[in-house]
Order: sequence, then structure tokens, then C-alpha cells
Amino acid sequence: MTDASGSLLPLPYTPTDVYHRIGPEARETLRSAYGWMILGRTLDARMQGLQRQGRVGFYGAATGHEAVNVAAGLSTRKEDWIFPGLREPLVALVRGHPLPRYVQHLFATAHDPSKGRQMPCHPSASEVHHVSISSVIGTQITHAVGAAWAMRLRKASGVALAFFGDGATSANDFHAGLNFAGVAGLPVVFVCANNQWAISMPVERQSAVATLAQKASAYGYSGVTVDGTDIVAVLEAFQRVLRESREGSGPHLIEFRVYRMTPHSSSDDPTRYQPVDWNARARAHDPVVRLETWLSTVGWLDDADRAGYAQRASESVRDAIAEAEATPPPSPASLFEDVFSRPLSVPVEIPRI
Amino acid sequence: MSEMTLVQAVNRGLFEAMKQDPDVLVLGEDVGVDGGVFRATDGLIKEYGAERVIDTPLSETGIIGTAVGMALYGLKPVAEIQFLDFIYPAFDQIVSELAKFRFRSGGQYPCHVVIRAPYGGGIKGGVYHSQSTEAYFCHTAGLKVAIPSTPADAKGLLLTAIHDEDPVMFFEPKRIYRTATGEVPDGDYRVPFGQARTVREGEHLSIFAYGAMIPPASEAAAALAKDGISAEVIDLRTLVPLDEAAAVASVEKTGRAVVVHEAARFCGFGAELSAILAEKAFYSLKAPILRVTGYDTPFPYALENVYLPNAARIEAAARAVMQEG
Repeated sequence: MTDASGSLLPLPYTPTDVYHRIGPEARETLRSAYGWMILGRTLDARMQGLQRQGRVGFYGAATGHEAVNVAAGLSTRKEDWIFPGLREPLVALVRGHPLPRYVQHLFATAHDPSKGRQMPCHPSASEVHHVSISSVIGTQITHAVGAAWAMRLRKASGVALAFFGDGATSANDFHAGLNFAGVAGLPVVFVCANNQWAISMPVERQSAVATLAQKASAYGYSGVTVDGTDIVAVLEAFQRVLRESREGSGPHLIEFRVYRMTPHSSSDDPTRYQPVDWNARARAHDPVVRLETWLSTVGWLDDADRAGYAQRASESVRDAIAEAEATPPPSPASLFEDVFSRPLSVPVEIPRI
Repeated sequence: MSEMTLVQAVNRGLFEAMKQDPDVLVLGEDVGVDGGVFRATDGLIKEYGAERVIDTPLSETGIIGTAVGMALYGLKPVAEIQFLDFIYPAFDQIVSELAKFRFRSGGQYPCHVVIRAPYGGGIKGGVYHSQSTEAYFCHTAGLKVAIPSTPADAKGLLLTAIHDEDPVMFFEPKRIYRTATGEVPDGDYRVPFGQARTVREGEHLSIFAYGAMIPPASEAAAALAKDGISAEVIDLRTLVPLDEAAAVASVEKTGRAVVVHEAARFCGFGAELSAILAEKAFYSLKAPILRVTGYDTPFPYALENVYLPNAARIEAAARAVMQEG
């Protein structure tokens, strides 16, 4: 990929190309994708602001990753399982997890599906098979392998998808997971969202390889590198690997090159380590603007559509926040639930807040 | 009932569980064609096939991470770690993932994996085939820890572990894999968790032990009996959940306690049990609680019999607690 210095990299397609690449529903698919991307971006902007105001404890934005997350959500089926990292909550929303439930999680309320047990952006949404995430890097990779193994044993048609970043490719479970999957030939897709930074560490210093995708060859299969800010290319890639996985192809590794357009998290100050022109380079690859510009250019999105998507996103985020802020925190007694299937011991006096 | 060794009882338990439930599967290094380096999984692959008896590549984090994923999907994996000493590449998966899934997901993702691992010294295994590090796992909320000392308990506790709903660390005393023999009930035999076994009743002191320390504890009790000292020997069977009531009741009766394990002393399980007894049975105690344990050194090769507690050391501690009060 070439880096334009601040000027947007247009999507290089005609509508005919797009129909050819992602199918006859391309127009509706891309408009739907645009709506979800706007929701993700709106949520990120609002929550980062609330974090600064002290109204939520932490936030890990996925700004710049929207095309990958939305395409994953739109391309997978109900029976597929998602083993996410920090930046994939939008996948759960696209797959049907209600926004108000997710926002209850961000505020760690009594109505948080995971009972306020985890930091924000660590959701668990079992109704859409969005598996609870760990803050430990890469551990979900082997879990996806195990789930894919279980699917095959049960003769289920699902595919397991493990999401992780560039930093995770250095971790133990990346190697173990990719190796086990290759040996067993499992229906698993390893999705590396390479946003080029593991907190302060640039990807060039994470690994000496030219592409992270080529690591798959060490495990007996091939990987591909895809522009993760080009929604058409991302949808096309997901559609292909999911179809092949269901046909018994064995594992796939896809490296989506994206640009991290925010700090690592609300606790990070990237001015300490990113080059001064990083933000300008990242903006040239903004997946939302790239899609919006293309849709407008070909006449698939007009000003009224754009305003409608923005307004719906803004209102649904606002309403969800108001509901969550009016919800009490989890009860002290809930601390002792779910450690085991039944409590082994509970203190006689439950601590009070 | 059939007479068998402890390792054969583990094997019978696995056969029984796989027969009962098609969701039970076994995975680990050399567990299939080879039948396990101790033969604990011998014959399973012939009966149940390579789909359910899986020889994995050599990676403990891969074995446990994969087992976690299988369990999240709804299967009941029984993972073997060839020696407890080799479990540490999977420690992250066990303490960060397996132990916490149910809690961190608010109950949405229970994760029931049984991890079997031979543990302990006395087989000339040196530094890396001898350790007893059960305390690491007892310290992590969300894990149950079972350690059988007899063939019947090996089968009965293993079947309970496999039918449990929580993660279970199942540590097998490899030193007595073949020397511990006994009658084992046929079929679906289960021993409940959290119920200690009274190996020998006594009046004057209580000896608490588990796993491979039960034979030397019993030997010490027999020697003490010759001098008119009546020692009660309690096999804890499961460290989590712990049968606190049985431990406290025994000390309330005898007034003296010796806690035995082959793991190192500092922050070992004996420290926890001693603290519980001090908190809950203090006014029954006639003498300080003594621990007989491995030393705070790495496990040695040439000097393993120096390191390991034996009947003589247990007997000496028992006589010491009898001196007081």
C-alpha cells in the first residue's frame, strides 16, 4: 500500500467491478455497511469523550478498523463463532447484539450481560456467539481452534474466527493455534487486523517478515494480505475464505492492513512514539470516508441518506447512554456468582459499597 | 468390583466417561496410539477412535487453549499434561482463561475442562519430572483441585470431575500409579468432591495428607500405634473444595495436627490448612501445628529421598506434637 500524504485514497472500482466482486446485493450491502460504520465511529467518538469526562472508566476505540469489523459481521452466519480481541465489539453489534446491551457493558451496570466483571470494550454476547474477551494477548487464537475442532466433531457447518492484532503474532498462542489448525485441517479463519502499532511498537519491530500473512506458510497453508480500509476488498476476502472453509479447505490467515486512528486506548499518549505525519497518513486510509466518498460518487448515497445514517447513529447512541447511566451498578452479592457453577463459599457478611 | 492399580483405575474411569457421554474426548501428547507414557489412556483410541482420542502437537498452551475452545462450544475435553512439571506453558491458559471464563462472561461461558497431570517425586525423575505444584492452582479462584490416593478414588473422583460443571485440575500421584492397588467398583462410580476420607481413626493427633503422602502417613501411624499413640489419618482427596468441617472436627477431637505434603513448604497447601485450623480450631489445639513437607529447594535428582517426606519424618513430627501440652 502506498501512503498518500493526507489526500484520500479513493476506492478504485466501478459499480460493475463491485457487483462482480461482492455479488448482486452489492448496493444494499455497501449501504448497510456504511450505516454500521457510522454507528461504530459515532460510538467511538462519544465514548472517548465520556471517558475524558470520567463517566466511563476506559475505552479502546476501533476507529480505522470499521471496514474489517462490519464486513466480518455481514459475511458470517449465525452458526459461526467469533473469538475477538479488544477492537471487535462492532462485530457483535452487526451480528445482532443490541446496542443498549453493549452500552450497559461499557458502563458496567447491573444490566451488563457480563455483570460489570470486565473493563469496557470486553463484551460477552453468547446469543451471537461473540465469546468473552481476555485482556491477555493472543489467548483467543487457540480457543477458536478448539471451537473449530468441536464443530467438526459435531458435524456442524460453522466456522470459528479468531481476531487479533499485529502484536499478537509474536505471542505463544499464535504459533500454537496456527500450528494445531494446520495439522488438523480445521474450519478456522485467523483474522489479523494489522493496525501497525502494538501500543508503541511499530509492526516493523514486531516481526522481521515482509507481511504477517506469510507466517501461515510455516504451518502448511497460505495467508493473504488485504487492504483493510477498502470495504469491497474486505467483504470479498471474507466471502471467499468463509465459503472455502465451509467446503473443507482447512484454515486461513488473513492480514488486514489498517491504520489505528486513535491512541491505543484511553490510557495512551501516542505523541510519545508516533511520527508527526501518522495521523495524516491514517486519514488518507480512513475506511469510512473512503466508502462514503465512493458511494456518493457513484450515486448510491445522497445527502439525505448521509444525514439519516448520522442522525440514527447519534440518537441510538444517545438513548443507550442515557439508559445505562440511569442503571445501578451490580449488587455487591453478585461478586460471588459465577466463580463456580455453585458458590463454594460466600463470606457471611457480604461487603457493602 | 475388580482389583487394579491406580493408573488402571484412571484408565477405567476414562473408558466409563467416554462410554457414557459422546461429548467426552481426550487430548494430549502421546495419548492416542501410544496410550500415554504411563498408559493411562491405553486402549481408548481403539475403542473410541482418533476423533475423540486426539494426539496433539507438542505444545501445552495449544492443548489447553484448544480444550478451552472445545469446552466453550459444549464438549467435555479431558486434557492430559504429560507431567505436571510441563504445565507452565499452559499456565496462562489455565489461570487467565479457563479459571475466569464463567466469571468474566457473567455466567454466559462456562468452561468445563478436566486437566489430568501426573505429579510428584519418588520415581528418579529429577528436577522436571517430580514436582508437586498444586498450590499454584489452589490459589486461583475458579479451579477445583482433586488428588486421589487409591484406585477407587482415582476412578470415582475422575468421573465426578468429568461430570462436574467447573474446571478441574486432576493430579495423579505417579509414584503410586502401580504400587497402590485395590478393589474398584465397576460402572459409573463417583466419589463426591469436598469429602475427606478417614484412612485411619485415632484419638491423640490428626495427620492430614493427600495423594502419594497417604502411604507414608499410614506407615507412620502404624509405627506410632505400637507405642500407644493413636494417630488419625485424613486423606483430603480434594483441596478445592476443601472439607474444612472434617479437618476441624478431627482436630477438635485430637487437639494436635501434623500436615504433610511433598510440595515445598513456603506458601504450600499446608500453610493454608494450618491457618484454617488456627482460625477455626485454635482453642482445641494442645500443641503448635507442624508441617512435614518438601524443602524450599528445587526438586533434586540424586537426593530425592532426602527431599521427600517419609514415614520416619512424619513419625518424628507426630512425636514432637505429642511432647507438648
